[in-house]
Amino acid sequence: MRNRISLTLRIWRQESPEGGGGFQSYHLEEVSCDLSLLEALDQLNEQLINAGERPIHFEHDCREGICGSCGFLVNGQAHGPQEATSVCQLYLRQFNHGATLTLEPWRARAFPLIQDLAVDRSALDRIISAGGYCSVNVGQAPNANALLVGKEQAQSAFNTATCIGCGACIASCRNASASLFVAAKLAHLAQLPQGQPERQKRTRAMQEAMQAEGFGSCSSNLECEAVCPKQISADWISWMRREQQ
Amino acid sequence: MGSLGGAWRRTREQLPLISPQRKRSLHVFVVGSGLAGSSAAATLAEQGYRVTVMTYHDSPRRAHSVAAQGGINAARDNAGDGDSVSRLFADTLRGGDFRAREAGCMRLAELSSAIIDQAVAQGVPFAREYGGTLATRSFGGALVSRTFYARGQTGQQLLYGSTQAMLRQVAAGRIQLLCRRDALELITHDGVARGVVARNLLTGALEVYTAHAVVLATGGYSNVFFLSTNAVKSNASAIWRAHRQGALFANPCFTQIHPTCIPSGDPGQSKLTLMSESLRNDGRVWVPDRANDTRDPGQIPEAERDYFLERLYPSYGNMAPRDLASRRARERCNAGHGVGPGRRSVFLDLRDAITEQGREPIAQRYGNLLEMYERITGEDPYTSPLRIYPAPHYTMGGLWVDYHLMSSIPGLFVLGEANFSEHGANRLGASALMQGLADGTFIAPATITAWLSSHSTPNLSNDAPACRDALQRGHQRIDGLLATQGHRPVDAFHRELGATMINCCGISRHAASLRKGIHEIGQLEQAFQAEVRIPGEKDGPNVELEKALRVSDFFGLAQLMLRDALAREESCGAHFREEYQTLDGEGQRDDARFAHIAAWEHQGDHAEPRRYSEPLTFTIVQPSARSYR
Repeated sequence: MRNRISLTLRIWRQESPEGGGGFQSYHLEEVSCDLSLLEALDQLNEQLINAGERPIHFEHDCREGICGSCGFLVNGQAHGPQEATSVCQLYLRQFNHGATLTLEPWRARAFPLIQDLAVDRSALDRIISAGGYCSVNVGQAPNANALLVGKEQAQSAFNTATCIGCGACIASCRNASASLFVAAKLAHLAQLPQGQPERQKRTRAMQEAMQAEGFGSCSSNLECEAVCPKQISADWISWMRREQQ
Repeated sequence: MGSLGGAWRRTREQLPLISPQRKRSLHVFVVGSGLAGSSAAATLAEQGYRVTVMTYHDSPRRAHSVAAQGGINAARDNAGDGDSVSRLFADTLRGGDFRAREAGCMRLAELSSAIIDQAVAQGVPFAREYGGTLATRSFGGALVSRTFYARGQTGQQLLYGSTQAMLRQVAAGRIQLLCRRDALELITHDGVARGVVARNLLTGALEVYTAHAVVLATGGYSNVFFLSTNAVKSNASAIWRAHRQGALFANPCFTQIHPTCIPSGDPGQSKLTLMSESLRNDGRVWVPDRANDTRDPGQIPEAERDYFLERLYPSYGNMAPRDLASRRARERCNAGHGVGPGRRSVFLDLRDAITEQGREPIAQRYGNLLEMYERITGEDPYTSPLRIYPAPHYTMGGLWVDYHLMSSIPGLFVLGEANFSEHGANRLGASALMQGLADGTFIAPATITAWLSSHSTPNLSNDAPACRDALQRGHQRIDGLLATQGHRPVDAFHRELGATMINCCGISRHAASLRKGIHEIGQLEQAFQAEVRIPGEKDGPNVELEKALRVSDFFGLAQLMLRDALAREESCGAHFREEYQTLDGEGQRDDARFAHIAAWEHQGDHAEPRRYSEPLTFTIVQPSARSYR
């Protein structure tokens, strides 16, 4: 296996939300396979800065796959080809020497483009604001062990609660639906005793918020599940439909 | 437990209150949306205050609390192993090597249990036993099982609990949420903190925000080392700008190096990734007995393996506190026993645990961590041991605060990792989440109320001289950076800063290298001012300008860390001065000269900062040499 590879990166460049953008090609020569794709972009940006050009704007922060900041399409796939992996955890050893990677931003009406690969995902927080919580003030909490939750039930609730809000499910849905995102939060809270009192109200409010933000309805093609870095099951979308009734 | 036990309850009962109507006219500005910031904001809003929360992220859920893996401590005797408030208190104080305030540690231990109740009520899906009760595990530096967890994503789950509580208040109209903004300057009026100047990261505009009290919950400063476990954008700017406005900075040299991180590889690497130390519950740390042994780990027989933590610390073994585990790993590597590329790592071996318990329980406990390890390294941790090496992780130092978490600038409250408080010279595992939530959920809302009860001055106009001054300072810095037109990108300087800091002020320190570091960083800062290149404009998004503002603040802080490490002529906790050690290589405290908190005051750009000391007294647990042997 090679330790270093050369890559061609075709990257979407767009100065501002208004006006269009287009792909521009860049070459990276003999970069270490032990770098992540974002670290390769860091290197490319240093080259651009040295040449006096504007560096590529991409979102990132923790770079360990948990903050959910990063995300763009790699050759048409949200977060790239590796399963259960956000793009910050995608290492160059996944690619062949001489490969061309096309990087473009999430495309969805509810995610307006900011610049290059960065989009505005604040709609997701507004959906949570609509009801993605248990209404309990500080001072009102009962003893945590008074609420018994079976081991497997707790694990299942945890699995749905791991959504990092990256937006990959939306970017890969042909209707740009936020169904998996909404279903995950509803399922997290509906599986716990704490979530019961507001269960119906929450389901209604979050669904309405999703529509109001301009997300489409579920396209049933399961791409959302395939690209989810936390592997949240699309079965929860079917579950959500039953919840609504 | 003497008068310390219950002191917080008694204090709280006597703190002044404010009527609900008056609260509605009082405005608190919170910088940072991590556990401390979001929990403080939610609680203050629940009580009726007007609150504004500002974060540099696009969403509050991204704050770096999200990355905490292992768990959160609480003294609930959940495992029936004899845990108690006084044990958690003593462990925290001892773990911090007697460089924290007793009263603060006691309060933290007393509040720990209520944090779990609140989190569970918010819907945090902690791990449970079959019977439905909460599960716990043990962590470094403790002999009891008191760490509550949600697989390897405890920070994420707690953060979502508290940011959801905060978003509920956003929906109720009590919190205004400002995303994508960096704090640039603190606004002080008549010596009191009254607001913040922020840079809007989308438009580039400088914005003025005023309030009746300001909360900084902006996290730690490990990114001064460039390579650390922190998120790439984590920064010290808000606390450093407040320090320059007069807030004392306490124990800046107390920085923790976490023992179980994935070792560094390529020079282009941008961060180091932590593997929760909960892995040490089941993993055994070892190196080959023979130096420069290049055999595959599977080929090295049991008798030729040095389980050095078990050998050196028989009673705690692999669960020795972080500072000891880190130092010993480095020592083994320096002696030629390291493994992997560059021989700069040690093994963390799950083999015995997998043999005893089977693969499934191990996968359940650590599955996501082990997958992450495989993604980053390309190696399978189920069949060959993990390789780990210490990395800068958590900063115990931070802005000095009093018992009310107020800094030396009245009206400026500092919470979570951003303050210096209860971890002394070394933080115990699973105590950061506990402190962030104790500060934000319970302490600050009570003490901010007490402060505002007698300091609810009229609203400050955005046009007031104090605001204009702060705005002016912000513009000057940005204009200066953009005017430089040099030839080196910001990252090049940051990388060099990090290399100097890890060499001079990392796992071990020495007077000569600390002096050398101060000199080198002074020169690097000058080079930065003359040679940095920031393309782009003042208006609109400018990521390089964001970086430059953050890195320029790290230079001053780095020098203060080095000065503090130089002035503290003893070894304590994570601060290991090579000159001060026992014959068997353990750090030697000097209680006669250094049983105090060092608090530094900024004296201007061209003068040495002034060092104050706050003496520490111990009434319950008498300082003794830490012993984990």
